[in-house]
Amino acid sequence: MQTTPEIVELIITKPKAPEKILEMTNPYKKIFIVGCGTCSTACQTGGEEQVKEMAERLGVKVIGKAVVESPCDLRLVKRDLGGSKQLLEEADALLILSCGVGAQALAEHTGKIIIPGLDTIFIGKIERIGRLYERCRACADCIIFETGGICPIVRCSKGLLNGPCGGMANGKCEASGHTRDCAWVLIYNALKQQRRLDLFTKFRPPMDRSKKAQPQEVVNRQVDRVA
Amino acid sequence: MPKEAYSKLMKAIAAGKFVFTGEIQPKKTAHFDDVIRVAKVLKGHVVACNVTDNPRAQAYLSSLSAAYIVQKETGMETICQMTVRDRNRLALFSEVLGAAALGIKNVLTMSGDHTSLSDNPATMSVYDIDTAQFVYMVRRMVDEGVDLEGNRIDGKVRLHVGIVGNPNADPLEVEMLKIERKVKVGADFMQTQIVFDAEKAKVFLREMKRHSIPVLLGIFPCRSYGVAEFISKKVPGISVPKDFMDELKKAEEVGNNSRRKSRIEDVNVRYFTDFIREVKRTTHASGIHIMAVGYESVVKTLVESVS
Repeated sequence: MQTTPEIVELIITKPKAPEKILEMTNPYKKIFIVGCGTCSTACQTGGEEQVKEMAERLGVKVIGKAVVESPCDLRLVKRDLGGSKQLLEEADALLILSCGVGAQALAEHTGKIIIPGLDTIFIGKIERIGRLYERCRACADCIIFETGGICPIVRCSKGLLNGPCGGMANGKCEASGHTRDCAWVLIYNALKQQRRLDLFTKFRPPMDRSKKAQPQEVVNRQVDRVA
Repeated sequence: MPKEAYSKLMKAIAAGKFVFTGEIQPKKTAHFDDVIRVAKVLKGHVVACNVTDNPRAQAYLSSLSAAYIVQKETGMETICQMTVRDRNRLALFSEVLGAAALGIKNVLTMSGDHTSLSDNPATMSVYDIDTAQFVYMVRRMVDEGVDLEGNRIDGKVRLHVGIVGNPNADPLEVEMLKIERKVKVGADFMQTQIVFDAEKAKVFLREMKRHSIPVLLGIFPCRSYGVAEFISKKVPGISVPKDFMDELKKAEEVGNNSRRKSRIEDVNVRYFTDFIREVKRTTHASGIHIMAVGYESVVKTLVESVS
């Protein structure tokens, strides 16, 4: 029987090379490891198991470890690390197995030296273990209503709003050596199926990049730019 | 067709002439000797000459500087290629203003090959605007004298904006819809990707008939069997006819160097003369864009054989 894969949207991470982590941890005698109970657990890069493995790898210098439900949420950081205050204070550095958001939240919360154990690679979709796909680049101007539910910003290698480019051959993208589907051919197929091909030929003017020109904040439900 | 023709290229097309354009590829060099040498070989045989902009995402001498020098030193008109891969809208706008100020009359807008093909593969691509948006920007510069935000330009921008089309595209309908979008935005002319198959060219041109934009078909004379084989194997969507390749292979077997070169030239001239005559006879193509990079010597013979 065929089962439908569970599809989840998450921040996808991958482990840094062990030698890179050793290089960063080497100068420190007391290390506290923090994992992530949400995205990095799903990616199998920063869950209970990976935190335990990392502690075994680093040996005696690890003075404590914890998995925070979502290290990107300061409320949960405070809740889940509340019992480890003493050890956190004692630690020379924190080794974080979460995305960059979680790692920075912990830096801000603890004021400690932060060693990122993972690289954040994209916001994506997990179909199943080992099959992760980038699906959103947080452009602040979602247009997938008119592109057949397919984002050209992230799925076209050139991020074209009026594609495809001349690199498309046999429906495939040049950037992948013509192995991955051209996003604009996918968009064409989707719009054709929806009988909305007029949207394909619609000219889309240049994007307003000012929406992403500075770090974004949501304060009181309004998006403001940091001066 | 544009209301007014500013360039020799567009004037010739407007006068109903079947035109030829050539191609110059600046390399990784700090001098202009090579582009001037190639331009001198092409001059008189083509109405204008493309100057490429970092093809295959290789970092080369800039297209605008080479285009200017070619025009200044040889008097041959250029079609300055500009990709949206390496510059944001500010830089592209500046580049077009610079082109206008330097007397460049044609700009060819391109996405640019992806940086995965680059000799500097760690490069960050820009793609702030795409080619349709670039055409739109040039249109506003020329027609309204403003930038994308409506800020006024001092002086007139008098040049034509071209686009690229691909007769080999599969699915072709997707390519045709994309072209429709760019034509509506206001492109003045089109040059195509290399095409070897006259039947494929005819299908493409039949589809292009609904648009009032002159089309120059791209051809690629091959200086060796190896070059033809490379295109056939490495450039997706382009098939080099087997007969043509067999003839090139046979020509390469000739021992004497100059006789071998002459045989290879014969094979190319014969094949492309037939191709061009067929296109001239059966389609509304406005001309041929000869991409003979590294094989400029064939252009004169080929153009003379069909003129």
